[in-house]
Formats: sequence, structure tokens, C-alpha cells
Amino acid sequence: MQRAPSSDSRITAGTLALAAIALLIGGAFAGLILEGASDLSGAASAFDPYLLRVARFTLWQAVLSTLLSVVPALFVARALSRHPRFFGRDFILQLFAVPLALPAIVAALGILALYGRAGYFSGPFSQIGGQSWPGIYGLSGILIAHVFFNLPLSVRLFLEALGTVPADQWRLASQLGMGAVPAFRLIEWPVLRAALPGVAGLVFMLCITSFTIVLTLGGGPAATTLEVAIYQALRFDFDPARAVTLTLLQIALTFVVVLVLMRLGANTVGDANLPVASRRYLSASMAETVVNATLIVLASLFVAGPMAATLVAGLGADLGRLAGESAVRQATLTSAVLALLSALLSVALSLSLIMARRALALKRGIGTRTLLEHATDTGAGFVLVVPPIVIGAGWFLLLRTVSDVFAIASVMVVAVNAVMAMPFAVRAVRPAYDAASERHERLCAQLGISGWNRLRLVDWPSLRRPLATGFAFAMALSLGDLGVIALFGSDSVQTLPYLLLARMGSYRTADAAGLALLLGLVCLALVFAADWLGRGERT
Amino acid sequence: MTPAGKVAGVEKGAAVRLEQVSFSYGEAPFLFDVEFAASKITAIMGPSGSGKSTLLNLVAGFETPRSGRVLIGGADVGTEPPSARPVSMVFQENNLFAHLSVERNVGLGRSPSLRLTEADHAAVAEALKRVGLAGKEQRLPRELSGGERQRVALARVLVRDRPVLLLDEPFASLGPALRDDMLDLVASVHAERGMTVLFVTHQPEDARRVGQNMVFLDNGMVAATGVAADFFDRSGPEAFRRYIGSGLFGDGSRDVARKRT
Repeated sequence: MQRAPSSDSRITAGTLALAAIALLIGGAFAGLILEGASDLSGAASAFDPYLLRVARFTLWQAVLSTLLSVVPALFVARALSRHPRFFGRDFILQLFAVPLALPAIVAALGILALYGRAGYFSGPFSQIGGQSWPGIYGLSGILIAHVFFNLPLSVRLFLEALGTVPADQWRLASQLGMGAVPAFRLIEWPVLRAALPGVAGLVFMLCITSFTIVLTLGGGPAATTLEVAIYQALRFDFDPARAVTLTLLQIALTFVVVLVLMRLGANTVGDANLPVASRRYLSASMAETVVNATLIVLASLFVAGPMAATLVAGLGADLGRLAGESAVRQATLTSAVLALLSALLSVALSLSLIMARRALALKRGIGTRTLLEHATDTGAGFVLVVPPIVIGAGWFLLLRTVSDVFAIASVMVVAVNAVMAMPFAVRAVRPAYDAASERHERLCAQLGISGWNRLRLVDWPSLRRPLATGFAFAMALSLGDLGVIALFGSDSVQTLPYLLLARMGSYRTADAAGLALLLGLVCLALVFAADWLGRGERT
Repeated sequence: MTPAGKVAGVEKGAAVRLEQVSFSYGEAPFLFDVEFAASKITAIMGPSGSGKSTLLNLVAGFETPRSGRVLIGGADVGTEPPSARPVSMVFQENNLFAHLSVERNVGLGRSPSLRLTEADHAAVAEALKRVGLAGKEQRLPRELSGGERQRVALARVLVRDRPVLLLDEPFASLGPALRDDMLDLVASVHAERGMTVLFVTHQPEDARRVGQNMVFLDNGMVAATGVAADFFDRSGPEAFRRYIGSGLFGDGSRDVARKRT
């Protein structure tokens, strides 16, 4: 049992943070349960063929998206790992990191600008097909967007896995004269296979909870997922009973997926570090090099395409007029303020949990972990089970009878996005905090440095950078989010993504493209700043 | 040479007593029942895992005993947090905050919020001069050598001015000559201030250089206590002789140092 006099305030902070998170999630559940109980027959009758079709489509598109992302990623990652040094390799890896930073709505617009009915490719596609290009709304659009996000993510994760093959194994393979096929079978495949369930599980999870992509590219009831159906039930049909049923189904679905993922040991946060290429002792044959090069070029073009289209279409918009528009200015300001508050809250909640977890672990020594410590440890992760739309829907139902739901839009956006960004913030800050605590704990106890003094003199200097990393990441996530604001947004509270959606809806495509460029660049800048800050800490 | 006879100039230290103090990390139990005389330097030796650091941690308050009492100067400090105990401790490493200057690191010994008065600043400057670090006040720990860092820690001990000083192998990672310098510094500070020093070390020659008394731990218990010089005699306790090996006894090879693991 290690004594830490400062532990009390840290544990209090962690308990408060947990209480806040519990309130947010509990309130949503209360809303759902109250609504369901008040209209049991309505909720039961929502189990109709339409609901089953939506559930089936949700699963089907996730399965297809996962297959289309993960299987090609295996080969692209292998190709990249076989050629650890070539001109542009680092650029390609950076390029593959961009989709992770890009808001879904920006990517959706980029994909539409490229493959849509009026996209840059519609001319050539129409000529090839001999008829006018119908565009990519529906399942095809959803799949392309999901692959755009998840192929590069999977490639980076697989590449990381391949990086764990010890250099000695490659030396041995080279000495034994192994060709490409046996080397794949005996060296690369075992590592990839070990990483496969985790990567596939993560991608499946991301696709099953995907909201923005389906909303913007689904294009109709034929291609609707549960999350979008919840949104439609609340915003358009105003059918709360159906919303409850849909939400419960969504929760059950994500819960099962997360359980399976935890079994598989998947990393549900999913940010991939840039792997370091170790030296390879096998040189690829000419034929293999050609195949690999083709794979890498195709994957790069596929990933770069929508980004280039976003850039070109965005620059084609009347940016000057957009910047002068009061609606745009207002939305930018709202977005900035909400994202800032959300990031602040996210970092504060995360830090509280991290401090409490450490303090509890120190206090415990070698005893068994208490429930509270478990909660501070995994509390941040559990929010992944409850998608933002679900929390939003719950509160929407809870508050609609008491007050004007649109009036609490800001609070909901800030709170939900803060909690959603927590797993990332915790990941950025926890290792640094634990390491600093390892060095400073006894010294602080000895010198009586605790509470505010400790935060100011000891923790803040060593946590500045990781906190900034978490902050920037949380801010980017919050800025680009179109989950909660889609439910709560109104003419009086509009964020940039909401405005973007509205402009898309009213077919002001050029405006949307301009806004997408702005939003995309800001989020990219934030995420790369986060990455840079995190990197600085390590060296 | 009888270090035990070298009575400190000032009687300012407080006796440290552990009364049937039991503790456990889960498996190996410790049971300490021992008294450390006021204003003496007591070397604590023993094999790895015998409980040397644990004993200091119990006195400092980093660990809480399962049972028994920890008395400093006759007062039971068992419920006091570490910062409230009349104790300063120097660890083997991590004695300094890496992002704070030497001066601020020492200043923390006066005020945990670093709100320092003129007198505090003067005390800090004086202490740094005393340990030979005048002129290096604004350096960061990474700009200092290993020995200098431990000197900063000693300077903080000086400004804290507590009646008990716990040294947990603070010089173990220094070379022999530097270690001797540091030990001499400790001895001269002790001569001035007369605090009670509990000094954990693996090096018999360290114990001989500054130790007045000796406590030998084995298997989580106090195996032997006494005047340090007697331990290095042929008549020293059997367990201690086994631990040290024969090299230090008998002929003139008194400086043989073996790193015990």
C-alpha cells in the first residue's frame, strides 16, 4: 500500500468524471426506457419488415465494406513491406494517414465530386458504359467511402504487424533462399493472420456505426442503416416508438460486436503509428516488383482521388463569397467554439480518469482492483459501445417533453463529442502521466506537493505536449462530427458540417465543396499538429 | 579509528524506532523491531530483498505497516503522510523534477507551492554553495552530472532541515572516487547538523567510511545490530560475515569491494 496524500483529490476528480459520463449515458437510456415504456405496443410494432431490412442492410454493408477494405489491404501492406525503400514511400504512408483525420462528410463530398452523377469521372464512365453514368448513390457509394477510410487504416495496421517480424527471420529466409511465395506463407502470413481478426473487427465496428457516410451517400430507404433510420425516425417521421426500437437494436448489435472484438483482442481506438521499415534481406523478383508497384499505385490513386477532388472542387467554389456569408461565418464560429469546449472537456475528463486510475493503483499496491479502478481504466472505452446517435436519440426523447430540444443543441454536441473523443485523449495522455507519476510520486509525497501545486509545478510541465495532442485530436473529431448535430441542429445552432449537409441537401454543390475544403484542411492541420506534438514528446 | 566515538557536534537528531512493524508485498513478510540512535549515522546492509528499502519506505511513510508502530523522536508517526514526517529522503534516482531548475528543485524543500520568501531564497543559495553547486542555480537536471544531481538533492535536504535523513543507496550509480566525495559531504553535513542518518548501502566500504552503527537485515528481519566497526572485526556477526565474504577480514585487503547481488 503506497500512500499518496494527493490521491484523494485525484480520485475525487476521477469519480466526478465517471459520474458525468454515467449521467450522459444514463440520461440517454432513461429517455429511451421512458419512451419505450410509455408506448410499448408502438415500440413492439416497430419490429416490422422495414426494420428487419434496415438491420440486414446494416450488417450486409458492414460485411462487404470489411471484406473490400481488409483483403486488398493485406496485399498492399505486403507490397509496401517488401519494398522498404523507394521514392515516395513515406509520402504514401502519410497519404494513408489522411483519411483518419478527414471528417466523414468531407470524404463523402470528395467521393461524390469524383464518382457522382455530375462528378469528374461521369464523362469517361458514361463513354465506357455507353449510357449516362448513374452515379454512386446507394450501396456502391457507401462501400467506396468505407473502403476509402478503412483500406489505408488496415494497410497501416498490417504494416505495423509486418514490422514486428524480427530481422533475424528475414536474414534466415534469405540464407535459406526462400522465394516470395514461401516467404509469404512461412513468415508474413502468420503475422498477418494474427493481426487479421483485430483489424477486421475494428473495421467492421467502424462500418456498423457509420452514420455520416450512409446519410450522405445512402440516398434512400433501400440503403439505410440503423443509425440513419434512428435519425430519420426522430427528425422526419417523428416516430419515437420506432426510434426506441431501432436504438435498442443498434445497442444490442454494437454490444455484441464489441464483445467479440474484446475476445479477439482488437484495438478499438484504431490509430496506427507510422511503422519503421526494418531492413529486408530478401530482394523481390522483377515480376513481383511489377505486381507490387501496380498494387501500391492503384491503392494510392484510390485514396488520393477523393482528396484531390475535394481540393479541386473546393477551389472551384466562390470562396470569397462564401467567406463573406453570415451563415458561414456564424457556423464557423459555432463550430470553433463547440469544438474547443468539447476538446477541453474531453481532455479534462480523460485526465481525471487517468489520474484517478493511477492514484487508485498506487493506493492498492498488489491487492485486487476495485470496481472504481476498473471503471477508471475501461470507462473511456465503454463509450464506444454507445454510438453518438444513440446518446443523442436518448436525450432527444427525454427532453422533448420538458423543453425545446433544439435549445440544448450546444450542450449535447459538446458533451457527446467530448466523451467520444476520450478514448483517443486517454491514449495520448495516459502513458505520459503514468511515466511521470512513476518518477515523481514519492518525491511529491515527500515534499508535500499535492493538488493544485502538483498540477501546476509537476504534472502540467510533463503533460503539456500529450495533453495538446489529445486536445487537437479531440477538437478535430468534434469539428468534423455530424452525428449529434444532425439530430439537434436547427437554424439557430449550425455547425460547419451541418451547414455543409444543408447546402448538399439544397443542391448548392459548389458551396458544399468550398465548405468541405475549409473543414477538411482545418481538421487535417489539427490532426497533424496532434501527431507532431506527440512525436516531440517521444524524442 | 572508532567512528562510534565521533559524537556529532550538535544533538539535533531524533531517534527512529520501529516496534514490531510488520509489512508484506503479498508473499514475503517483513517484521522489523529495531531502534536507530539519535544523531548517529547507521548503515543498513543486507542481501537484495532483505527489506532495506522497505524499512526506509516505512519510516518515510511511503508504505503503511500492517501492524506495529513507527516512532520518530518518541512520537508515533504511523498516520502521518510522508510530507508531515520529520524526515528527508534521498533516492537512488529521480530525486529531481527534470523540468525545474536546480534552484527551484531545492526551493521545493521550503515550499511545495514554490512561493519563496527572501529568507528561503537565501537558504537555497546557501545550501547550494554548501554542496558545491554555487553558480549552477539555473541549470536543468539534465545539464548536470549524476553526482551533481545528488548534490542538489542533498542541498534540498539542507533547506528542509529535518531531524532524520534517509539515504536509499543514493550514490550507488556513481564511481568509487565520486562516491567517496559524496560520502564525505554527507559526513560533514552530519557533523554540522547532527541529524539521524539511516543509510542503505550495498558497499561495505561505504558503511565503514561513514557508518557509526550498523543494522544488518536478512530475510525481512533484523539479523544483527551494533557498532559498525565491530561488524568488520573477526568477531562480527556470523550472518554478516557470510554476506560480506572473507575478503574484508583478516589481512590488509580492506578495500576489496564486491558488488553483491
